[in-house]
Formats: sequence, C-alpha cells, structure tokens
Amino acid sequence: MSLSVKHLLGIKELNREDIEQIFLTADNFKQVLQRPIKRVPTLRDTTVVNLFFENSTRTRLSFELAEKRLSADTINFAVSNSSVSKGETLIDTVNNILAMKVDMVVMRHSASGAPWFLSQHVDASIINAGDGTNEHPTQALLDAYSIREKLGDLKGKHITIVGDIMHSRVALSNIFCLNKLGAEVTVSGPPTLIPKHIEALGVRVEYNLKKALEWCDVANVLRIQLERQHKPLFSTLREYALYYGVNKQMLDSLGKEILIMHPGPINRGVEINSDVADSKQSIILDQVENGVAIRMAVIYLLSGKRDMGD
Amino acid sequence: MNFKETAIIGIQPRGVWLSDRIAQMVKNITANKRIDYGKLDITFYRDDVHQTRDIQVPSQTDISFSVQDRNVILIDDVLHTGRTIRAAMDALIDFGRPRNVELMVLIDRHFSRELPIQPDYVGQTIDTIITQKVKVYWAEKDNKDEVVLID
Repeated sequence: MSLSVKHLLGIKELNREDIEQIFLTADNFKQVLQRPIKRVPTLRDTTVVNLFFENSTRTRLSFELAEKRLSADTINFAVSNSSVSKGETLIDTVNNILAMKVDMVVMRHSASGAPWFLSQHVDASIINAGDGTNEHPTQALLDAYSIREKLGDLKGKHITIVGDIMHSRVALSNIFCLNKLGAEVTVSGPPTLIPKHIEALGVRVEYNLKKALEWCDVANVLRIQLERQHKPLFSTLREYALYYGVNKQMLDSLGKEILIMHPGPINRGVEINSDVADSKQSIILDQVENGVAIRMAVIYLLSGKRDMGD
Repeated sequence: MNFKETAIIGIQPRGVWLSDRIAQMVKNITANKRIDYGKLDITFYRDDVHQTRDIQVPSQTDISFSVQDRNVILIDDVLHTGRTIRAAMDALIDFGRPRNVELMVLIDRHFSRELPIQPDYVGQTIDTIITQKVKVYWAEKDNKDEVVLID
C-alpha cells in the first residue's frame, strides 16, 4: 500500500484512499508529537529542501518542523537572498540544489502550476506548499483532518467557506478535498470574490453570510488577500467586515454551535473578529498543531517514491 | 501474584494477537486482575524504510502508561532475523527507560538471526531456511489457530 502519486501537486490528483492513508499515518505522527521524545528516526537517509519563492511563516515552519521530527536533513531557501534575483531559472535553481544530493522538494511559488512544471523536469518528489491561486494541498488535508478529529467522518457534513474564494488556493484545495471525502460545500462572499461557474466544482453559492452559516456544521473563514487584488473588488475593508466579517453576535444568532476555522494569518476585525477567533468554537490552533502531523505523513508516504520513475 | 513492576507490550501488527491472549491470562492470575498492557507499532523505526518498494502505513501505537523503570515484556508472533525486535527496542526507549526488557515469541526460527537478539520465553523453536516462510493464524481473525511452514 502506498500513495497513487509520486508528487503532492494538488488534492485534485489524489483519490479518497490516498487521503485516508494520509489521515491514518497522521494519527500515528500526532501521537509521536505528544511524547517526551517527539522524533522518529524514519528519514535519517533523506534530505529535503524547502524552496519558498513567496512569503510564509506558518507553512514554512510547519514543514521544517515536520522534516526535523522525521529526522530528515533540511535546507531552507528563501528567494530574497538567492541567485534567483540574479536571473537564474527555476529549473536551474532546483537542479543545482538536487545535485547536492537532495531527495525531496517542498515548494511555494506565486505562479500557479510552478510545482507541476518542476515535476516535469526534475526527478525528486515535489510537495506543493502553495502555488499562486491554484492549490495548497497540505492546508486542505490538515483542515479536513481537523474537522474529522472534532466531528468524525466527513461524509454528509456541511462546510461553508467564507471570503475571498477567487484568489484562494486554500478554497480550491478544500473544495476538492471535502468533495472527495463526501462532505457538502457552500461558498459565501461578495459576488466579486466568487468566481463565475464555481458551481461546476460541485459547490453551492450563498451570498448571504447568515444563511450560509445557518446551513453549515463548520465555517472555514479565509483571509482577504489584498496582495493578490490588482484592482479593488470591494470598496473598503470596513464594508467587507460589515457584510462578511464573522462576529460573535452573528454566531450567537444561529441557534446552533458551529466550528470556526481559519488558515491564518488572521486579519482580526476584517474577516473574523477576535471574539470569534479566540472563542471555544474556534479550532484555529488545532489546525496549526495538526499541520505538523499531516506534513509528516505526506513527507513520509512520498519518501518511498524517490527512486521510482514517473 | 504481583505483576506491578511488569508491563506487556505487543508488537504491531501480528504480535498483538498473541499479546492480547497473554495479557488476558496474566490479568486472571494477578491479585487485582489488572496488568499494564500496550501495543507498539515499529514502522517508523525500521531499518529498511527505503529499501522495500512500498512504504508502509503504520498500525496504532497505544501505550497509556509509563515504561520508566519497569520490567517490559515485548511480545511478537515469529522471531526471525531480529530486525523487528531491534526496531521495537528503539521505539520503546523513546517512551522512557525501562529497567529491563524481555522478549516473548510464539515461534523462534533459530539459525536465521542477523542481529544478536535472543528470546527469553519461547513457544516453539524450529529450524528453517531463509527461503521458507512461517505463517501464524489466529482464531480471532483467521478462524483457526495454526502455524504453517511454507516452502
């Protein structure tokens, strides 16, 4: 038994069994992380490079910690102090790194499809840590894993994703992942931030936030990504917060208790209020904790693929 | 009898069928009808992680007591090369420092050892060659108790 893919480029390429294998493996790693010695010797023979062509704190730290907990050697690469600024191409950069006997590549890039492009040109297993507005597969896996931990099997569960669906790789990966696990998904946000024809992905659209929250068991609240908006898509942050900010008053009016998630970093007072982010209903910090176990599982399960052809 | 200092740990996946039975038997003869009993998965401690083609999905580890300064009895179905037991000892020591560790197996395939590891308690010792396989069936799972030597 092992994963059906050599790389983790997106949730789109995974099947349900792959996702369940990742969850079962993550269960074991979660237990390892609760022991006094939070490390296993499994990947002593493996070196992983973390290539971050775009800013990240949580994801980079989470991957790095996952690699260290597996006893892998790690090297880090941030674009700001690299030869990329001297005009080196992506393939050259990566092949130079792989020439130093590196086995796996974790990559974040602002261009959608960059990890796929790389996977066509190098031998190592690639793990996508977020590419442009395409996918962020490990985030979707840890989100679904966190829901499963609180509510059990995802089949038939109702999940609402709120906010900037247009620019969000987290939204796209979550939609693929939740659909594969049998959950139902609604997206909610201002019409300018919801792509046309998104129903083709098997989701409902509900522009009224209150109705979308009344329907769901879990709300995954996304960050407003001003850096990806090349022209304004809503008038002011204050207006956005008024119509699509999740606050305690609204949650209390639902007549039921829903779980609140957020992939971080949080814009407090914009898409989510502090009285929600820090409430008992919020599982935001569980998501962060589970992220390490999920990434350990993905790295471990893909580590066996490195000597195989495509 | 007092087994307060003793803990039983079955090695996943196939050792637990034996350790389940041993733990139950020991419980029945102890003073307060209890014994610390756990299960240990050794997947992440194997020495051949990247030498076999398929990466293994682990089974559950469940050790809900401290092994520090205890007498731990590891239990597996078949002792062959000794490599599983080496991995199990490394895994066990990441939970604490036992006072001593003993090994119980149902079948000991002696003359097949690749590491200096010997059992303390043995059901049956058999002579085999490396190309043969020993398969143990358990009533709880396979509907029969049987040990088969396959050429």
